[in-house]
Amino acid sequence: MDILQDTAAALGKRIKAGEVTAVEACEAVLERIRQRDQELNCYITVDEEGALARAEEVQRQLEAGRLTGPLAGVPVAIKDNMNTKGMETTCASRILKGFVPSFTAEAVGNLEKAGAVIIGKTNMDEFAMGSTTETSYFGPVKNPWNTAHVPGGSSGGSAAAVAAGECFYALGSDTGGSIRQPASFCGVVGMKPTYGAVSRYGLIAYGSSLDQIGPLSKDVTDCAMILEAIVSHDKKDSTSVALTETDYTSALTDDVRGLRIGIPKDYFGEGLDPLVKASVLQAVELLAKRGAVVEEFELSLVQYAIPAYYVIACAEASSNLERFDGVKYGYRAKGAEDLHQMYKRTRSEGFGREVRRRIMLGSFVLSSGYYDAYYLKALRTKALIRQAFDRAFAKYDVIIGPAAPTTAPKLGESLEDPIQMYLGDIYTVSVNLAGLPGICVPCGKDHRGLPIGMQIIGDCFEEKKLIRTAYTYECAAKEGGSHE
Amino acid sequence: MSKDYETVIGLEVHVELATKTKIFCGCSTAFGGAPNTHVCPVCSGMPGALPVLNKKVVEYAAAVGLATHCTINQNCKFDRKNYFYPDNPQNYQISQLYEPICQNGYVEIETEAGSKKVGIHEIHMEEDAGKLIHDDWQDCSYVDYNRSGVPLIEIVSEPDMRSADEVIAYLDKLRLIIQYLGASDCKLQEGSMRADVNLSVREAGSAKLGTRTEMKNLNSFKAIARAIANERQRQIDLLEEGRPVVQETRRWDDNQEYSYAMRSKEDAQDYRYFPEPDLVPVVISDQWLQEIKSRQPELRDEKLRRYKTEYQIPDYDARILTSSKKMADLFEETAAICKKPKKVSNWLMVEAMRLLKEENLEPEDLSFSPAHLAALINLTEEGAISGTVAKEVFEAVFREDVDPVSYVEEKGLKADTDADALKKILEQVIADHPQSVTDYRNGKEKALGFLVGQTMKATRGKANPAMINQMLREML
Amino acid sequence: MANSISEETMEYVGILAKLELSGEEKEQARKDMERMLEYIDQLNELDTSGVEPMSHISPLHNVFREDQVTNGDDRDAILSNAPEARDGSFVVPRTVE
Repeated sequence: MDILQDTAAALGKRIKAGEVTAVEACEAVLERIRQRDQELNCYITVDEEGALARAEEVQRQLEAGRLTGPLAGVPVAIKDNMNTKGMETTCASRILKGFVPSFTAEAVGNLEKAGAVIIGKTNMDEFAMGSTTETSYFGPVKNPWNTAHVPGGSSGGSAAAVAAGECFYALGSDTGGSIRQPASFCGVVGMKPTYGAVSRYGLIAYGSSLDQIGPLSKDVTDCAMILEAIVSHDKKDSTSVALTETDYTSALTDDVRGLRIGIPKDYFGEGLDPLVKASVLQAVELLAKRGAVVEEFELSLVQYAIPAYYVIACAEASSNLERFDGVKYGYRAKGAEDLHQMYKRTRSEGFGREVRRRIMLGSFVLSSGYYDAYYLKALRTKALIRQAFDRAFAKYDVIIGPAAPTTAPKLGESLEDPIQMYLGDIYTVSVNLAGLPGICVPCGKDHRGLPIGMQIIGDCFEEKKLIRTAYTYECAAKEGGSHE
Repeated sequence: MSKDYETVIGLEVHVELATKTKIFCGCSTAFGGAPNTHVCPVCSGMPGALPVLNKKVVEYAAAVGLATHCTINQNCKFDRKNYFYPDNPQNYQISQLYEPICQNGYVEIETEAGSKKVGIHEIHMEEDAGKLIHDDWQDCSYVDYNRSGVPLIEIVSEPDMRSADEVIAYLDKLRLIIQYLGASDCKLQEGSMRADVNLSVREAGSAKLGTRTEMKNLNSFKAIARAIANERQRQIDLLEEGRPVVQETRRWDDNQEYSYAMRSKEDAQDYRYFPEPDLVPVVISDQWLQEIKSRQPELRDEKLRRYKTEYQIPDYDARILTSSKKMADLFEETAAICKKPKKVSNWLMVEAMRLLKEENLEPEDLSFSPAHLAALINLTEEGAISGTVAKEVFEAVFREDVDPVSYVEEKGLKADTDADALKKILEQVIADHPQSVTDYRNGKEKALGFLVGQTMKATRGKANPAMINQMLREML
Repeated sequence: MANSISEETMEYVGILAKLELSGEEKEQARKDMERMLEYIDQLNELDTSGVEPMSHISPLHNVFREDQVTNGDDRDAILSNAPEARDGSFVVPRTVE
């Protein structure tokens, strides 16, 4: 049986049973990368030598009984905005090309402790700013289902790598939909955990109040397993929350009887591709058949989430990206006559267009005279959006809608009109504004064979409800053969 | 023609807190390391690093706020202040703008016209920047982040001061309060206390404030006084010439005794403050505040009052003794051991102050132990050593913190208490000075003093003057 | 609201953000910014009077470190990515005091 067909959980089991070694799994993935990544461009860095050495080490530890976890020996890909000690970390930007961090991100370190074998660093939109993975300094990623299309973004490399078998699972980061939307476009499972569930230490920040690391995986079981491994209370991240109920795999039960599902009417209105709409509603129907109580409701404020999101995310980004100045690391422009010229040239040459666009906007909305009108207004809107969700979760256990209004667009179609591109985030950004968890599971394909995703949103720290709902759907879909 | 002008001054005082570690990371705040040896990913602005607040910083800031009659903001937050400069590794400084920890306080200062309140607008917590060392030869600057992230509080006064004297009185008051709290050593020269002066002038009697300037780089009380006089005159000259004062930041050059504007096209001074998303709010509960209050030591004003009543120390002396926390501690601890507060006060006021002056030291530099001063006082009180010897011993205590008892023993400085030997010397002194003997017998008390002095001379200072006195009276 | 963004404003924001845009890009960036702000102005339809700005979504407060030294000398690692370093320091074009 082809190793690459395995899920992470299945592979982990087979490695533990001695049917496959960690080295064989690693070699299989590397071989697939050699075959396909020239075209797909999922990876910025592939650490062939390091990964094989690590696989050998993990195999020894497995045999010595020192590693027993379900992910031990399973190859993983890490989005290139998470620090990996000794391995180049670029955020897909020229300004960080060649940067080798001196410490590893906490979430990645947690995976290493569980015996993960890191294959390399995945391509992404530059500094996670984008929805298509076309803004990367290292070139766009292509959708494995149809290479004329984008994989979504910003974690496009991670999602495409999982879909193409170039890794068994991956970590992504989600600031406004950057895990869920590419998961939707690539037909994989992607989860953005509750803000504070996974440490942000070592994640190179885009919008600090919105960013969250999460898994991209082949199925819901893998997702729960990975989440269980990466969630931790990290004293190095002041926003990291101490959680007790983190046995997420215990929620892998095929049972939604009595679960109250809210369907926000405003997620199914104008702008939504009819095929996407039909697929998601069909999936909800399966859950209803399994005993869930489904009800439509008005979430409200949906159209205000994107403007509020862009004000907040760009403002924070303009500040977070100030440290890239040619002094301490990364790119420095040559031949500047003085300090300020060095700053300006370094940053203008080092950042790509979309990043510059967002930094300019962010600097403007925070500047003297505009702070109240833009930034505070956005924070007030955010408070209202959170209240709307609070009202919804008083009535429903989970909310279900699409992850994106369409399936993956063609390469080169999105970047010219930023507003149009931003509108693609309409169903995902409010989850980040409100700090909620959201999961995207594949629920069908369009006529071109491009995947469609269903998004399940929960209240804060209710990841188990998401997993239970998603798992039940997955079971139902397999039985009914609805997806595919 | 010449109008009367009033100077209006407000101060922004930065104080480095006496924590062991930086405000947002576990790096040491110790002085003197080689460049960039007290630096980690957090305080050097590495991508992916995150700040975690040092609890002690909050406690020190709140303690200073309580001691300066501020309202403690029980829900405070940090904000980012954005500006590009290489000493600032993130190119933003984590500070407080919207919800500072302390607001609306005051301190009382003594002026020639009596006591006066100087309002404190706010106190906020923030991080210090690194150091830049310039190399003219290579036309570059070296960046050292050892000081980056050292905790500061910034104390912003109201524009309540009217002269350099008031400014210095205010700074001295702040210094004493903060030193007493143990929150900082507040050394202006070393930069652990730094003052920026906001100054404007207006015609006397006018209620409207003039345009102010902010003066930076003031490293001593003298520099502050000179800068204030200079800036006042500069602004008056401008106004007299009918030219406007420009609101700007100026840098004082104390060697040249002039200031210049620090403005460039690239410094927009638009800091784009917004709430720091990487830190969560600080909530100071009533209980926590109570704990901080209960740990508050006795401050200078209370101590001053107590010294006068409890120890009957005169006002002038009590002021000097309490002008430094170190000196006051030394005084109290010594007095507690030897139970002779007035003697202790004398030694500190006279000999200790004299030696400090000679050595060009500050009272904060006093380093001998109270037990040793107490032992010295006991030796003199018992008559074991004479006054002259005692001064010599004190110098040794002051410089090397010697144990007076063994020191006196080793150096053979003990007063002679052998009555027979003393009697022989006295007989000789009486025989040598018949005129004084006659004078004394005729009722001239002074003559006795002369004879005592002669005896001391003969014993090279080692005899006990009280004993000489008594024996002389008997013999005459 | 200032939907019409002048060249001066773009210049000013460039100073704040330390970005220098080339000729044609400048005009495009100005138009992008105008469009974005116009779009963001939708928020004005929303009555937010009396709503507290929500800066922090997290339920946490009072997350502290104890005042204990945990870090040693890590200079080589800190300087290892510097574009220019000498004598244990980062080197930058001379700053003016």
